[in-house]
Amino acid sequence: MSAQSLVARAQEWSKEQPWRLYGSQVSVLVRNEVRRNLLTRRRIWIYLLALLPVLMILAHVIFDRRSIYPAQIENDTRVLAGIVQLYYFRLGIFFACMAIFTWLFRGEMVERTLHYQFLVPVRREVLVVGKFLAGAVIAIALFELAVLTCFYLMYSRFGSAGRSYVFDGPGLAQLGAYLVVTALACLGYGAMFLAFSLLFKNPIVPGVVTMGWEAIAPIFPAWAQRLSVTFYLKHLCPVSLPITGPLAIFTIVAEPVSPFIAVLGLLSLTIAILALSCFLIHRMEITYTAE
Amino acid sequence: MTRDARQIVFENVSKFYGEVLGVNKVSFSLLPGITSLVGPNGSGKTTLMNLLTGLIKPSQGAICVLGLTPKQPIEFFRQVGYCTQFDSFPPGTNGYDFIYWPLRLHGFGSDQAAKLTNEALERAGMAQVAQRKVAGYSKGMRQRIRLAQAIAHHPSVLVLDEPLNGLDPMARAESIALFEAIAKQGMHVIISSHILEEVDRISNRVVLMSSGYVVAEGQIREVRKEVREHPMQILVRCSNAAGLAAAAFELDHVVEAKILNDGHGVLVRTRDAEQFYLLLNKIVSSGLVEIDAVAPADDDVNSIYQYLIGSDGGPT
Repeated sequence: MSAQSLVARAQEWSKEQPWRLYGSQVSVLVRNEVRRNLLTRRRIWIYLLALLPVLMILAHVIFDRRSIYPAQIENDTRVLAGIVQLYYFRLGIFFACMAIFTWLFRGEMVERTLHYQFLVPVRREVLVVGKFLAGAVIAIALFELAVLTCFYLMYSRFGSAGRSYVFDGPGLAQLGAYLVVTALACLGYGAMFLAFSLLFKNPIVPGVVTMGWEAIAPIFPAWAQRLSVTFYLKHLCPVSLPITGPLAIFTIVAEPVSPFIAVLGLLSLTIAILALSCFLIHRMEITYTAE
Repeated sequence: MTRDARQIVFENVSKFYGEVLGVNKVSFSLLPGITSLVGPNGSGKTTLMNLLTGLIKPSQGAICVLGLTPKQPIEFFRQVGYCTQFDSFPPGTNGYDFIYWPLRLHGFGSDQAAKLTNEALERAGMAQVAQRKVAGYSKGMRQRIRLAQAIAHHPSVLVLDEPLNGLDPMARAESIALFEAIAKQGMHVIISSHILEEVDRISNRVVLMSSGYVVAEGQIREVRKEVREHPMQILVRCSNAAGLAAAAFELDHVVEAKILNDGHGVLVRTRDAEQFYLLLNKIVSSGLVEIDAVAPADDDVNSIYQYLIGSDGGPT
């Protein structure tokens, strides 16, 4: 089959699709999932994961009033970079996404409610996209708020010097970069854990393996590193961490790429994993007794 | 594969869970009306329903519902409503939302979805408690709210897995009336149930299942005729019971003619009911016996079930 006829068939297929219906179904799925999952008691530990650095910085603000002088800003900037890069990307967002995204399908299987989703006139691919976006909305809202709060607490205590750093210095650009990277981390990890939940009955084991992979990926060849989420995130972080010793593996940038390529790369990886999930969801059957 | 737009067709369908047999080589086609799936636990009724609605996939064979398959979910699930046996609900949901949100996924706007939700709640008798959390519902209420969800989008095929379980007699009668009303509109209603008397009363046809196999399928009387090794029982209420019994014994196909305790009737067991009815006509015209009533005594689902499967078909 020639490329031309393939394109013609793809165009024909695209014209036949009820895109408006798909859009409204995704919108309904997102609203319903967010409504059901954003503010629930069983999510408390995810809120704690997001809020832990906020509480630590708050304690720092309250109990460390002596170190409020302009020169300290640079030090606090590195602390904030460490919190975002080492805590949020490696632990907080990672585990929160594990909880949020694996629950989207596997949790419904455990609660024996997934059949309701499979008995409505919705293509399973639309279901995957809708649920993924719902998870992304929850994770992004939670962690962007947390990062934003950390940032505010970190610089507000410096008064006019802090304002000057944020609005006249590099602060605002750093905040923008952190928010973008946080959102990308949620999307990347989210897609990965969604796929795991469709591949494995217990996604925690592959999750732990992935955590190890994300840590040691920098020692592998460049092509293999591209299969890691943190590979892309590191290139987008605005402040480099002066870490030496074994922990430096978390901050090594073995092969620098431009921020544009990093964003595009991570989004491509996310879309590829989502496409895999769309394929996997078709294999899924409702056999609750086997769970 | 037959793609009749009115029929539900199972063509050589088998389902294995690893090495465990779910159903094996099931082939039948159903026309609109009420069809009952009857069989003991583990006979494959729920598997058949899950296959029909695409919740599980056949290991082999093909299923077609009104010319559609679950691979076309948008068209398929607009036609099909399934009230499953799974007694679980999304946490925190109330009765209204449980019906409303799936309707939104059908593509209905908020007003239309609200209207259909209220209508379904009314039909299932759940309007008064719709705003309460489903977690606080009784078993019967949970059963009815699932039924309401299954009928809310006005499907052409309604699949009901043990829909009468947990219902009180009043709700049971109302549900049966609802099924009959839906079937009268030319729709398919497929019911699995252990309550054979009720199923028997409302069914147009039955599918009898045992250990994953369909052992008989069709209209209840037709199925009964096929069970040739079990003579059919016919109860005749009449004036001269002894005379009728003597006449009946002269026929080769009559294996037993028992005079009833009150002496006003005979229970005949025959291998050829039609021949016996002809004899009965002759006897009546000869004036030997005055007939008050004639009725088959065992062409109900329960008896057929007993003959075919060797169980009384009671709750298992």
